[in-house]
Amino acid sequence: MPKVSLTVNGKPVTVEVENRTLLVEMLREQLRLTGTHVGCDTSQCGACVVHVNGASVKSCTILAVQCEGAEVLTIEGLASPDGTLHPMQEAFREYHALQCGFCTPGMVMSAIDLVQRNPQGLSDREIREGLEGNLCRCTGYHNIVRAIAAAQVVMHGKAKELPRAAE
Amino acid sequence: MGFEGIGASVRRREDLRFLSGRGTYTDDINRPNQTYAVILRSPHAHARIRAIDTTRARAAPGVLAVFTGADMAADKVGGLPCGWQVKNKDGSPMAEPPHPVLAVGKVRHVGDPVAVVIAETKAEARDAAERITIEWEVLPAAATIEAALQPGAPLVHDDVPGNVCYDWHLGDKAAVEAGFAKAHKVARLELVNNRLIPNAMEPRCAVGEYDPATGDYTLWTTSQNPHVIRLLMGAFVLNIPEHKLRVVAPDVGGGFGSKIYHYAEEAIVTWAAGKLKRPVKWTADRTESFMSDAHGRDHVTHAELALDEHGRFLALRVRTLANMGAYLSTFAPCVPTYLYATLLAGVYTTPAIYAEVKAVFTNTVPVDAYRGAGRPEATFLLERLVDIAALEMGMDRVEIRRRNFIPKDAFPYQTPVALQYDSGDYHRTLDEALQASGWHTFEQRRAEAARRGKLRGIGISTYIEACGIAPSAVVGSLGARAGLYEVANIRVNPTGSITVFTGTHSHGQGHETTFAQLIADRFGVPMSQVEIVHGDTAKVPFGMGTYGSRSLAVGGSAIVKASDKIIAKAKRIAAHLLEASVDDIEFKDGMFRVAGTDRAKSFAEVSLAAYVPHNYPIEELEPGLEETAFYDPKNFTFPAGCHICEVEIDPETGEVEVVNFTAVDDVGRVINPMIVEGQVQGGVAQGIGQALLETCVYDDAGQLLSGSMMDYTMPRADDLPDIRVGTAVTMCTHNPLGVKGCGEVGAIGAPPAVIGAVVDALRDWGVRHIDMPATPQKIWRIIEAGRQRRAAE
Repeated sequence: MPKVSLTVNGKPVTVEVENRTLLVEMLREQLRLTGTHVGCDTSQCGACVVHVNGASVKSCTILAVQCEGAEVLTIEGLASPDGTLHPMQEAFREYHALQCGFCTPGMVMSAIDLVQRNPQGLSDREIREGLEGNLCRCTGYHNIVRAIAAAQVVMHGKAKELPRAAE
Repeated sequence: MGFEGIGASVRRREDLRFLSGRGTYTDDINRPNQTYAVILRSPHAHARIRAIDTTRARAAPGVLAVFTGADMAADKVGGLPCGWQVKNKDGSPMAEPPHPVLAVGKVRHVGDPVAVVIAETKAEARDAAERITIEWEVLPAAATIEAALQPGAPLVHDDVPGNVCYDWHLGDKAAVEAGFAKAHKVARLELVNNRLIPNAMEPRCAVGEYDPATGDYTLWTTSQNPHVIRLLMGAFVLNIPEHKLRVVAPDVGGGFGSKIYHYAEEAIVTWAAGKLKRPVKWTADRTESFMSDAHGRDHVTHAELALDEHGRFLALRVRTLANMGAYLSTFAPCVPTYLYATLLAGVYTTPAIYAEVKAVFTNTVPVDAYRGAGRPEATFLLERLVDIAALEMGMDRVEIRRRNFIPKDAFPYQTPVALQYDSGDYHRTLDEALQASGWHTFEQRRAEAARRGKLRGIGISTYIEACGIAPSAVVGSLGARAGLYEVANIRVNPTGSITVFTGTHSHGQGHETTFAQLIADRFGVPMSQVEIVHGDTAKVPFGMGTYGSRSLAVGGSAIVKASDKIIAKAKRIAAHLLEASVDDIEFKDGMFRVAGTDRAKSFAEVSLAAYVPHNYPIEELEPGLEETAFYDPKNFTFPAGCHICEVEIDPETGEVEVVNFTAVDDVGRVINPMIVEGQVQGGVAQGIGQALLETCVYDDAGQLLSGSMMDYTMPRADDLPDIRVGTAVTMCTHNPLGVKGCGEVGAIGAPPAVIGAVVDALRDWGVRHIDMPATPQKIWRIIEAGRQRRAAE
């Protein structure tokens, strides 16, 4: 069986996989990083989004062997080692942007990439359009949009603290 | 510590684990020596199984076992039970055909499980499943209600004539006929309530384990009600006594009803684990979810409303055909009857109502409760009919509603369809929604949109629902085979921290936060001292689970009841410690005080005394501080409200954009406003989904055409607007918290408001009603037909 060597959440790993093993299968079943979820089998839902070399990728749609030498970041590697949440994680909590939590890891990873790709800042409409690869069945997206709008302010250095949600 | 009690938007405690990838969903659980099950499903809607050959599959690499329906039958595995028996008009019971775990002799829908392969890896199991050969005799299918009711239609079950499960009715037929006899006008409507596929984001999953040393079974499953699964599967399917069967529903990624039911796969993995003496895991692909999770809605209805010359409703007559699918799912029979026809009074004083419901078997996936369950169907019918009545009478849509509202001084109000509403103020929710939505300035926005070439419309619905399910004796008399109380166990630990075991289950609703707020409020302790435990039959005494917006109204009430018992006992301990009479002890803000003095003991001191009973009234009181309460509700609760939707239609494409959505709901007392808002927004999103995007499509042969997320239109972020939510509360009068429930109001209130808005936008094109989903194609055809008509004139 082929071996693939890559960096996952900052740690170098070498994993024996089948040719057909998907990145998400390797993450979930071999590395036991179960924060990345599988919600569909047609690349529609985005629950499996991780970052590969800094860009968001649906890990159900890429083979593990394609990730040789890559830097992979999953939801487990997002917070600082001291436990400080990424501004996007903090914003999702503050704005109640998650309910059952199943789409959340993919949604957060997509949202971070979306904000990073748009340093000029995004309108609510642009955020909604930018989320077209991620499905949430619980929230109606209203609070996800609020959370991303708030997080981008911090991520772009326009504010030190996350704007608080209205009570 | 900020204010954490009732009414505070406390941020959720469950979020940290979900946001850091440390939730534990069923598929995240891996047991030592685990095997994997893949289920071979029927590709046909209706076929006889002439022969199954599993030889090549058994010989495939990694395969441990292949089982078919015959193997399960030989082992005396029972069929999946139905939890509710509805009776026909003549009092005879409904048809209740068997529902084998794996098909025996015949398959009845695409996706019907036929065989299971268990292998060392999932890939090996999947490869081997492809090596099973089945000789089919394909039969004609009854894929829709209409097809199933045709004379000579294929029989889904050979012993159910005409495919009719039951023919049921409710209400006073003679009184309704009298109402129609004196009608000034009659509004009529034929409608379809479109079939939906729930699509919780987490696909179903089940892991079974058997311990040969003890004979104990454990099932981890994606369930909204683990105790119900333990009871149904243990007693009816696998014959495992409850004390030898543990069911765990860990973090569950959304349910919306679809994870209430006992499914075949739960029984398969548990049974197979016993056979193989190894853990067995099954996880649905999304494609499997589409063809094996219970679907929702699917009604065809004819309705008529009789009105007097002032627009007052005199009588309502409803005839509904409801699709049950191929088998009876756990609660299917009650959805189009007791959760539907009983709601047909709505918020109105209609004095006479008569409903007939015929439930029909078809060669499709079983249909059961999906968010709202029966109540969205009733509300859509009623609110559309009221709009049409307004049109017929030449009356304003708001005025006709006001004229027929049950007034706020009329409670308790007995409807003609069995329910007694306890409280409400429908004028107030209406007024606040009209105000918040800018209803009265809408014509300016319509004109402005017209200048941009857009058709703008506004729609309104004033709905009611019944939730807080349910008084056991009442539902028992209506055919439920279970009690619907809820259970709470509160364990005060020696140092005063509190563990609450609840029989409800949280799969997105935030119970770990809301219930902890309740306890913090009750006991005057910080939330950090409170733990909420749910979803494990080995920990929680019993429970009926979460559905029908019941968790706070019923489960929360059980927590209050158990809290009261704890406080009563703690007061007796405190009285002893303080050398005072128990009648003089007051409990407030976490302190037990002798009234009128400064003598006091903290909650933690009293807790410690209960577990270290050195100075303790041991002769009259047991040590320890733990209490259990079962709460059986006295009535349903009745959330109600007003939803207003504004849409813009592009006449060139027929595309609908929801531009404004306002909901003002009376959900009773609000514990956590942030969570309530989120629940309403999520429900509204599913309501907009039903109205504009989602529909399950079968072809005539019973093939599921909308069988993936590429074919079934799930609402995406850019399909939905901001959803403005407000509350205007009246208290529930019969539970200790005054709460009503908020989980389903969005899915119930939204669809008629959206369709009302679409119809209003198209008012110049001669449209009275549009069936859901109002897709661009449907709308474009209406506009195009209108254009051609005008051109011809």
